Amino acid sequence: MQLNINGKEHDLGNIDASTPLLWVLRDQLNLVGTKYGCGVAQCGACTVHLDGTPTRSCVLPVSAVAGRKVTTIEGLASNGKLHAVQQAWIDHDVAQCGYCQSGQIMSATALLQRTPKPTDADIDAAMSGNLCRCGTYVRIRKAIHAAAGTNHE
Amino acid sequence: MSAMEHSVLSADAYVRDLMRVVEAQSHSVARIDRRSFLKLTGMAGGGLALAFYVGDRSLAFANSEPLKGFVPNAFLRIAPDGTIVIVSKGPEIGQGIKTAFPMIVAEELDADWSQVRVEQAAVNPAVFGRQSAGGSRSIPTAWDQLRRAGAAGRSMLVAAAAKEWNVPESEITTANSVVTHQASGKSATYGELATRAAGMPLPDEKSLKLKDRKDYKLLGQRISGVDNRALVTGQPLFGIDQVVPNMQYAVFEKCPAVGGKVRSANLDEVKKLPGVTNAFVVEGTGKPTEVMPGVAILATSTWAAISARRQLKVEWDESSASKDSWTKASAEAKKLAAQAGAESLKNAGDVDKALADGKVVESFYTYPFVSHAPLEPQNTTAWYRDGAVEIWSPTQMPDVALRLVSGMLGVTPDQITIHQTRVGGGFGRRLMNDYMCEAVQISKQAGVPVKLQWTREDDMQHDFFRVGGFHSFKGAVDESGRLSAWQDHFITFTADGQRPVSGGDLPAEEFPSLLVSNFRLTQTKLPLQIPCGPWRAPRSCGVAFPIQSFLHELSAAAGRDHLEFLIELMGEPRWLTPGNEFSLNTGRAIGVLKLAAEKAGWGKPQPKGRGRGLAFHFSHAGHFAEVADVSVDASRKLTVHRVVVAGDIGPIVNLSGAENQCEGSVIDGLSTAMGLEIGIENGRIQQTNFDRYPLLRMAKAPQVDVHFIQSDFPPTGAGEPALPPLAPAICNAIFAASGHRVRTLPLSREGFTI
Repeated sequence: MQLNINGKEHDLGNIDASTPLLWVLRDQLNLVGTKYGCGVAQCGACTVHLDGTPTRSCVLPVSAVAGRKVTTIEGLASNGKLHAVQQAWIDHDVAQCGYCQSGQIMSATALLQRTPKPTDADIDAAMSGNLCRCGTYVRIRKAIHAAAGTNHE
Repeated sequence: MSAMEHSVLSADAYVRDLMRVVEAQSHSVARIDRRSFLKLTGMAGGGLALAFYVGDRSLAFANSEPLKGFVPNAFLRIAPDGTIVIVSKGPEIGQGIKTAFPMIVAEELDADWSQVRVEQAAVNPAVFGRQSAGGSRSIPTAWDQLRRAGAAGRSMLVAAAAKEWNVPESEITTANSVVTHQASGKSATYGELATRAAGMPLPDEKSLKLKDRKDYKLLGQRISGVDNRALVTGQPLFGIDQVVPNMQYAVFEKCPAVGGKVRSANLDEVKKLPGVTNAFVVEGTGKPTEVMPGVAILATSTWAAISARRQLKVEWDESSASKDSWTKASAEAKKLAAQAGAESLKNAGDVDKALADGKVVESFYTYPFVSHAPLEPQNTTAWYRDGAVEIWSPTQMPDVALRLVSGMLGVTPDQITIHQTRVGGGFGRRLMNDYMCEAVQISKQAGVPVKLQWTREDDMQHDFFRVGGFHSFKGAVDESGRLSAWQDHFITFTADGQRPVSGGDLPAEEFPSLLVSNFRLTQTKLPLQIPCGPWRAPRSCGVAFPIQSFLHELSAAAGRDHLEFLIELMGEPRWLTPGNEFSLNTGRAIGVLKLAAEKAGWGKPQPKGRGRGLAFHFSHAGHFAEVADVSVDASRKLTVHRVVVAGDIGPIVNLSGAENQCEGSVIDGLSTAMGLEIGIENGRIQQTNFDRYPLLRMAKAPQVDVHFIQSDFPPTGAGEPALPPLAPAICNAIFAASGHRVRTLPLSREGFTI
């Protein structure tokens, strides 16, 4: 099976087609920025972009991904230049433990792709699938506004 | 008593004593540090540090560069190119310590923060002292040690410059990694002086001058976390990200009711499943803090292991397993509520007379068991070979883990190497190293390196839970509206029939005990086998809700303003036990109460259906007051508009980090108060994943405003003390908005939604 991850083709060999994309990324391709949190699409720590759409990779069989483009947290920066959302996360010192943040960032970047100038309501709706156990929601909201150049309401 | 029961009880004692260990360490290490720090690091500069950096077996995996330049002690290296490496000794669990610790060193060193690179220390308590994250004790226990580490480095750089320029040390100043002699116009960078400084004698501890708070340049600033770039680009920082060549992926199935043993399992079938390399029974030590009996499955990938586990069938011997039931315990507690507890913990003044003379309020409060649910499920990579073991683990207590694993394996601690990874959330769960012990045991039995991965379901069901509890209160206010009597029958749990479980104790001096003349505290302990442990702000995270809510019931009964009532209760500003940081300081309490009230617009009119709630709590040496602004509609739907936090934890190290901890405590507190509870029936945990354990989501997160009173009191940690006041502040606001008094958590139990 062939997979396109972050613009690169990967040959997965004879992989069990039912394996969730999450574990292919983590165990086989050593792209461990995508996290395991719940395994049932409840927490969003495993969020990746599938053809630009935020998707929970822990319940996505790898067979469903063949021929489509996957972007992970490792593929967001280009040529060492961080995505505006990543930079905003650093500027606002968003993270506490940081475990959920790659999933949060993947949801946030997908939001700004669709809605470059989001309102608080847009942000709440787009980010509601991502849990942060440390409770950094207030900073996440601010960082998304900063990346978008919009004002916090 | 069966062997299993005996093991479970010894584990209970271990957990119960853990917080005492955490807190006791602060004193002993602080004392040792003051006396022998330089001696210790002096050895470190000559032999020990060299041994530590180049000779210790930990180093083989630590990616340290070859030793060059100036190494005054184990915390600090300055290279000739000006790079300053500061070693952060303790676990980073999301509390920001990997940034805060080096900031303390850098402040006293007068380092240019942009030149500082931070490394995580190897686990070696002989060099670093305490290497644990718990009890909000990281900052207070390391404060002097790290300030002296930085000051010693600065002193040697100054001495090197003085010698080089032939000028008195007293005429030399330092700033931003540059040493300057004003009169001669000479200056040199730390990098330029590094090699010379390495040849200077270690300064006498007494000669080190530490800065006054007013001279801080770095401390108190908002500094972005040192791992932030690595985090936002998905670098392998966490335990779960660690990889060892040829490792196998392991999962471990234990009895759903703690204490069950494996009678039989379909191992032969499981071994034939795709990707499975091995499957076997682990007898375990029988201690929940180490290894309980279960079945390990090893496979070529995590998914193969998880998939195979779905085909695993285990028959459990549950003769010694837990039969605990929360519904039965709750019913029993309600029955007991009408009477006093058999155990008397305190009986001061004349409670009966004060109750007879005053206006009486009676209430029964309940709060549930909760789980830690850190977002990174438990995991450890372990490689046991030839009587030694190497471990990569997200743990809050690597120093204690050395002893634990050493005892379990029967090998000396020098045969154990623990790499502390970044930790995807602690909250007290990872003060236990059970998952580490399991990985070690599985690797030993299998003879291969393994990465043990717990599922979310494992994590939620095999926790050391925050214990639930019940308080049957009777209190009174006198005719002038003052609190005149306080009586509490506290109903808690015990594993051994003697002492309450970890987090389930209520000391006789707990607030407001020392401020009320007529005070009676009795206790009943219900039996429990489910393991309990420290959960963020242990004890306080449970008891602040009933205590601070009942105080509001009393002030409301007296028709008093709650702010005035609390300030009056505090009385004269005084430190109840001067010099003891765990003792309430009423002056600091009044300070945070007034600040929170002022910032929240306390007393200003609110529209109908909206109210403010104020609550105070003192825990983990931190004084905190919070005001919640809450609307309640007719269907009991809540809107939390804003929470104002006012805290006094002494001087602030990293303002951004401290604010983040308080914001997080508010969200965690609201999340927990709103909808989290662990049900227990027939020894089984009823919740298995986030679908039935609904952590708060972003749309419900209120605005949080954090304010600190900075002082010269000893610093303390911000990870815990901001949490306890949140639940009572919310519940007091609900009363102000709606007239409904919440006496049971979570709020969802009383029909509230958010």
